[in-house]
Amino acid sequence: MVDSLQQIDKYEAVIGLEVHVQLSTKSKAFCYDSAQYGSKPNHNISPVSLGLPGALPRANQEIVKYAVKLGLAIGSTINQYNFFDRKNYFYADLPKGYQITQDNEPICKGGAVKIRLANGQQKNIVLNRIHIEEDAGKSIHDVDDNYSLIDLNRAGVSLLEVVTEPMIASGEEAAAYLAELRKLVRYLNICDGNMEEGSMRCDANVSIRLKGDTALGNRCEVKNLNSIKNVQRAIEHEISRQIQLSEAGVYIDQNTLNFDALTGITSVLRSKEMANDYRYFPEPDLLPLQLSDEFIEAIRQDMPALPEALYNRFINEFNLPHYDALLLTSDKDMADYFLAITASVSNYKAASNWVMGTIRSYLNEKNIGFDKFPISAQQIAQLINKVEAGQLNNNQAKEKVFVALLNHPTQNLDDILKQLNVLIDTNTSTIDGFIMAALNKFPDKVKEYNSGKKGVLGLFMGELMKISGGKIDPKNANKLLVAQLEKLK
Amino acid sequence: MIAQKVFSYNKLIDIQQDLKTNKLVLADLVNYYLDRIKTYSHLNAFLEVFEDELAEKTALIQQKINNGTAGKLAGMVLGIKDNISYQGHKLSASSKILDGYVSIYDATVISKVLAEDALIIGRLNCDEFAMGASNETSYFGPVKNFADERKVSGGSSGGCAVAVQADLCLATLGSDTGGSIRQPSAFCGVVGLKPTYARVSRYGVVAYASSFDQVGPIAQSVEDAALLLEVIAGSDDGDSTVSHLPVDAYSQMLQLKGKKRIAYIEETLHSEGLNPQIRNNVMAQIEKLRADGHTVEPVSFELLDFVVPTYYILTTAEASSNLARYDGVHYGYRSPLATDLTSTYKKSRSEGFGNEVKRRIMLGTFVLSASYYDAYYAKAQKARRLIKEKTEHILKNYDFIITPTTPNTAFTIGEQSTDPLEMYLADIFTVQASLAGLPAISLPSGKDAAGLPIGIQIIGQKFNEVHLLAFSAYFMGMGTRL
Repeated sequence: MVDSLQQIDKYEAVIGLEVHVQLSTKSKAFCYDSAQYGSKPNHNISPVSLGLPGALPRANQEIVKYAVKLGLAIGSTINQYNFFDRKNYFYADLPKGYQITQDNEPICKGGAVKIRLANGQQKNIVLNRIHIEEDAGKSIHDVDDNYSLIDLNRAGVSLLEVVTEPMIASGEEAAAYLAELRKLVRYLNICDGNMEEGSMRCDANVSIRLKGDTALGNRCEVKNLNSIKNVQRAIEHEISRQIQLSEAGVYIDQNTLNFDALTGITSVLRSKEMANDYRYFPEPDLLPLQLSDEFIEAIRQDMPALPEALYNRFINEFNLPHYDALLLTSDKDMADYFLAITASVSNYKAASNWVMGTIRSYLNEKNIGFDKFPISAQQIAQLINKVEAGQLNNNQAKEKVFVALLNHPTQNLDDILKQLNVLIDTNTSTIDGFIMAALNKFPDKVKEYNSGKKGVLGLFMGELMKISGGKIDPKNANKLLVAQLEKLK
Repeated sequence: MIAQKVFSYNKLIDIQQDLKTNKLVLADLVNYYLDRIKTYSHLNAFLEVFEDELAEKTALIQQKINNGTAGKLAGMVLGIKDNISYQGHKLSASSKILDGYVSIYDATVISKVLAEDALIIGRLNCDEFAMGASNETSYFGPVKNFADERKVSGGSSGGCAVAVQADLCLATLGSDTGGSIRQPSAFCGVVGLKPTYARVSRYGVVAYASSFDQVGPIAQSVEDAALLLEVIAGSDDGDSTVSHLPVDAYSQMLQLKGKKRIAYIEETLHSEGLNPQIRNNVMAQIEKLRADGHTVEPVSFELLDFVVPTYYILTTAEASSNLARYDGVHYGYRSPLATDLTSTYKKSRSEGFGNEVKRRIMLGTFVLSASYYDAYYAKAQKARRLIKEKTEHILKNYDFIITPTTPNTAFTIGEQSTDPLEMYLADIFTVQASLAGLPAISLPSGKDAAGLPIGIQIIGQKFNEVHLLAFSAYFMGMGTRL
C-alpha cells in the first residue's frame, strides 16, 4: 500500500464511466422478440435473434424515444440525423458476428448529470454521448463440464450506452453519478435500474496523473461492475494500485481488467495487444434515423417531472426541509406516493414524515418498494387528516391503525377506527374524570407542581394517556390538565 | 417407358390460356420439366429438385385453376437460386459451410410468389455466396452453358440462367449484386432483370453485400420478368431499407409510348477488352433504334475505370461482416477437428469456405481495418457517390443508357478461374448500375460467330421499371422483326 499521504496527494485520478442501460422495452431493439428477463433459455429467438442467413434487423421505434427521453433529461443535443454501425467481432453468444451499435453519429451528444457529494459539494458530470446498441446473448460456463452453454434470449435486447467525459475524480463521485443516473432512468421509466440483474452495467476507465498535468495517463478499463458499491471499490483499488506502480517507477500498461468482488482486487483480462479491431462501418441493413422537430417536441411534452424539478417544488411549494425533499425525490415511486397524499392533505410535513418514517421503515423491513405498498395514498391522507382534526392520536395512528390498515388495506377507515376504539373522546367531562384520576394517583407530584416544578406535567400526561387508552387529544388534554392544576394551587 | 409430352412455352400467359381451356393440365407440364431436368442433369443447374412434394402442390394449384381462384402466377414452374430461404427446404448458398442447414422461414419473395400460386420446383446452383461470374466457385461445381457445354453459364446466378435457357422451368428468381442476374442471362441468351435497389425485399436472402443485393427474375420473356417483378416488389416489414413506393402493374404496362432518348457510353464501346463482335452487335442495335426514330447519342463516363475497384472494395467490406455468422457455432458446417471456440471458428471457416469467398472476406477485412479504412472503404464510398451522381445526371437527359452486358461471350470452363482480377473485369459493364442502385436488364441480342449468346444491357431511371420493361418488350419485338 502507499504509505505516505503526501505521495498520494500529489496525484489525481481521471475516470470516465461507460454505463450500459438495458431498456425496458417489451420487444428487442431490432426485432419483435420479447425482451422479457427470466424467460426459459433460448425462448425469445426468431431468425433475427438467431442471426440466420437472410435475417434482417428492423429498428424498434420505442428505443429511439427512450434514448431521446434520457437525452432531453440531461440536456444532451439530440442528433437529428444519426445512424447505426456494425461492430465486428467473433464470440459464441454473438450470432451475427457483429453488434449493431452507433459509432460515428450517436443519437445524443453532450449533456450533464448533476451530483451531490457527502460534503454537500455539487458537480456536473459532463457526458460525451449516449448511443443505442443491442446486447449480446449470454454464455454460461459453469453448468456443463465440457461445454459452454449459450442463451440467446438476451441477444438483441436494447441498450443505451451512456459515456461520460473523463472528468470523474474519485470512487465516491463515480458512485454518486451512478446513483443519480439510476434515479433518472427510473424516473423516466426507461430501465428498472437493477444493477445486480444486469439492467445497468458499468465499465470504468481509470487513469492517474500528477496534479497540474494536462495529458492523460495510460488508462485501465475495469469491466462488468455489477453494483454501485463495487464500482466505487474497484475504482479506489485501481487508483491506489496505479499510484503504487507509478511511485515504484513501473509503467502502467493499458489493459482491460476484471474486478473480483470477493477479494476487491483487479486482474488483467486482456492486454492492449490483444485488443480487437472492430472494423466499424455503417450498418447497411438499417436506414439512418431522421428525427423531426415534432417527434422530439412530442417526447419533451410527455416527460415526467424529474428529481431536480420535484426537489425544487417540494422546497418551494410544500416548504419541506432540504433533507426531506432530497430523500423523497431519491425514488420516483416514493415521490409519486408523497405527491398523491399531498393532493388531499394540508399538513405537508406530516405527509413527508409518514412517507419517510413509518411507511419507509415498513417497506425497508419487508424489502419491497413503494409500488408494492398495499395501503393507498388516499387512506394515509385520511389518516393524517383525522390526526390533524384532533380526532385521533398520532401514536395510535402510526401503531394500531397502520397495522390494521396493512391487514385490511381496502377496509373503510372509519370502520377500522371504530373497531379499534381509538377515536378521541371530545367530551370534556370524561377528560376531566381522567385528569382527576391521574392527579389523585400522585398527590406528591401535584405538590411539586405547585412549588414550581413544571416538569412533572409529562408524568401526568403519560398517566392520562394510559388511563384514557390513548383516546384523548393530547393538546386539548394538556390544556385542561394545566387549568385543573392551576385551580388546585 | 411413356414418352413425356413436349411443350414449347416461353410465356406464362400462353400456359395460363391453355390451362384455362383444358388444353393443358399442370401435372403434364411439371412432368415435362422434371423430365428435362433429368435429361440435362449434367448441366448441373439444379442442386435439388423438390420432387416429393410437387404432386401434391401441383394438384392444389390445378384445383384453384379449376375453381377460378388461382393467383397471378398459377401455372408458373419456378426455380429459385439457392441463396433464398424457403421454409422446410435446404439452403446452401452453394457452400459447404451451410452443410445440413434447413430454412425455418420463408424469404419475403418466396411468400409472395407462393401467395400467387407459383410452383417452386427446386434450388439452383450458383457461385458460392453469389461471389463469382462463372458459377465455378460453387462447392457443387460449375454449371454448363446449354448453348455449348464446354462454356461457363456465367454467374453468380448460373443455375438460374441455364435452367431458363434449357427450358428446365419457365422462370427463375436470381439475385444480383454486381451483375449476377444480368451477366449469366447474357451468356445464356435469356432475359434477366435487376430491379432498382430497395424495390424488392431482401428479407430471407443470404446477404452478400447488403447495399447492393437485389432479387430479380430471369425468364424467357420480358412479360414474365415484368409479372414476377410485379409480384415480388414492394414494401416489407422484414426489410427496413425497402422502398414504400407503390408497385406498378408492370405486366399490364408494356406498351412503349413515344420516341425515347437513349445514351450509350462511349468508353464502354471503345474499351480494349470488348469483343469486336459484341461491339458490332451493339452498334447495329443502336442503328436500328435510330432508324425507328429514337434519339441515341454517345455520352462520356470518365469514371468507368473506377467502377470495378469501387465495387470490390465496398462489396467485400460488407461481405466480410455479412459472412461472420457462418462460424461453425450455431448452424451449418462445424469442423470435426474443432476442440475449442477459436479452433471451431478457424477450422470450420477454413474448411467450410471456398477460395474465392475467403479471398473476399480477407479483402473486406483489410479495407475495413482501422489503419486502412480511410484509404479504402471511406474513399470507395466517396467514389460510389460520384459514380451514382454522374450516372443519375446522364439519366436526367436520357431515358435509358444502353451498354453491352458483358465484354465477352461465355468463356471456357476453367479458362479464367486462375486469375481473379481477370474474372472481376467480367463485371465491368454491370457494376455501374449496381453502384448507382439503378434498375438494369440484360436482353438477348443475337449470337456471336460461335453461336454463343450476346446480351445487351439497358439501364433505366431509378424506380422507373415501368419504362424500362416497356422499352425492353419493344426492343425484343424489334429484334424479331429483323
